[in-house]
Amino acid sequence: MDWSFLFETLKTLLAGVPLTLQLATTALCTGFVLAACIATLAESAFAPARWFSRLYVMLFQGTPLLVQIFVIYYGFGQISFLRSSFAWPLLAQAYWCAILALSLNTSAYGAEIIRGAIAAVPEREIEAGRAIGMAGLLLRRRVIWPQALRYGLANYGNEAILLLKATSLASVITLMDVTGLAYRLVSKTYRSEEIFTVAGLIYLAMTFVIATCVHMLEGHLNPSRRV
Amino acid sequence: MNTQSLALVGFGPDGWGKLLLLAAGLTLAAAVCSFALGSLLGTVGAALKLAPNHALRWIGTFYTTLFRGIPEILVVYLFYFGGSLALTHLMHLAGFPGFFSLPSFVIGVVAIALVSGAYQTEAFRSAYCRLERGQIEAGKACGMSSTVLLRRIIAPQTLRFALPALGNIWQSVLKETALLSIIGLVELLRQSTIASGATRQPLLFYGVAALVYLIMGQTTALGIRAVEKRFSRCWGR
Repeated sequence: MDWSFLFETLKTLLAGVPLTLQLATTALCTGFVLAACIATLAESAFAPARWFSRLYVMLFQGTPLLVQIFVIYYGFGQISFLRSSFAWPLLAQAYWCAILALSLNTSAYGAEIIRGAIAAVPEREIEAGRAIGMAGLLLRRRVIWPQALRYGLANYGNEAILLLKATSLASVITLMDVTGLAYRLVSKTYRSEEIFTVAGLIYLAMTFVIATCVHMLEGHLNPSRRV
Repeated sequence: MNTQSLALVGFGPDGWGKLLLLAAGLTLAAAVCSFALGSLLGTVGAALKLAPNHALRWIGTFYTTLFRGIPEILVVYLFYFGGSLALTHLMHLAGFPGFFSLPSFVIGVVAIALVSGAYQTEAFRSAYCRLERGQIEAGKACGMSSTVLLRRIIAPQTLRFALPALGNIWQSVLKETALLSIIGLVELLRQSTIASGATRQPLLFYGVAALVYLIMGQTTALGIRAVEKRFSRCWGR
């Protein structure tokens, strides 16, 4: 085994970690805000709002992320009002296209997780809250949201891991994240096994860190389950 | 959408409809093969993870951790670049000189199957864990051999419990086949790329591709839901 080459590869690929993390965290935060909006619409009393949220989730969960990236990166240039709009300087860049696609994609999955977590809050706890005079935001802030956070955290952690892996698709539209750098290095050196293995180990390490953090946070939020 | 773009995606003389339809067929074939091979791997993986032997369990855990933690695109790349090299090396050892390569369909299917196998391992394992221990004991008490026990008691219920998870995995396998476009397999996404390059209509063709993926996913989801409903009759749900 060529240790010095592996070490050099590791150093080259680690340079892509900041971009990968940037894509993942930006998309996770924007995606969460969008997801909360979509989940709210799903529970709305206004039927078209519910239809919209269902269509949104179906659209982004039912098509491959790669297709969504291509529609945004290649397809949006064809829409003339987008080309003349204020958003065009951003949408003309692969980076922002990737962020947009990843955020929209993860928000559809996130909306389902949030909806499920809120539905999992026991009815009796909400009733108890109402019985002592809580309503509206107070009820949500004190009873529904804290409980929903506990129910949804594990699932949202899984989604964060899936999102981190999904950022690797941004390399297809020329972004130099860990996968992009690995691909470029392979086309220079033809040593695919070593390079892609090192890249895979970097992703494994990152997913391990996320999983551990989520697990610790879960333990923190559920003192009763601690052993 | 105007008539001109309708003609482009239609089945007329300058329409791409037929090619897109064929490509969608290839996508479906790749998804079915990957899922089937993944089921096989998932069964083996679950058996390993549930084995009494410590080393076997460790192998199973290693497999699922690895393939669920690495992006699918890296697995596809690794097999695409490494697969042919490994095959050539093997053939040299066997005494066949020259360069050998695998068709990208085979490489892609194996790569996606390995990833979906890791997820299916978890689906089968957790389904098996939901099985009531008493039923296995009762089967043994009736004098069933381990094969009969597996065939009559364990397999049907494990499959039923795993169905919802398997349905989700099928959906993601169907979408993951889009990755095969980057290793040159002319499936739905690749064909749309070719068409949008030739006509300079990326929005139209990627939109059509998205729609076809959606239709394939939703139709199969309906089928899976029907199967689920049929097999949950005995639970009275």
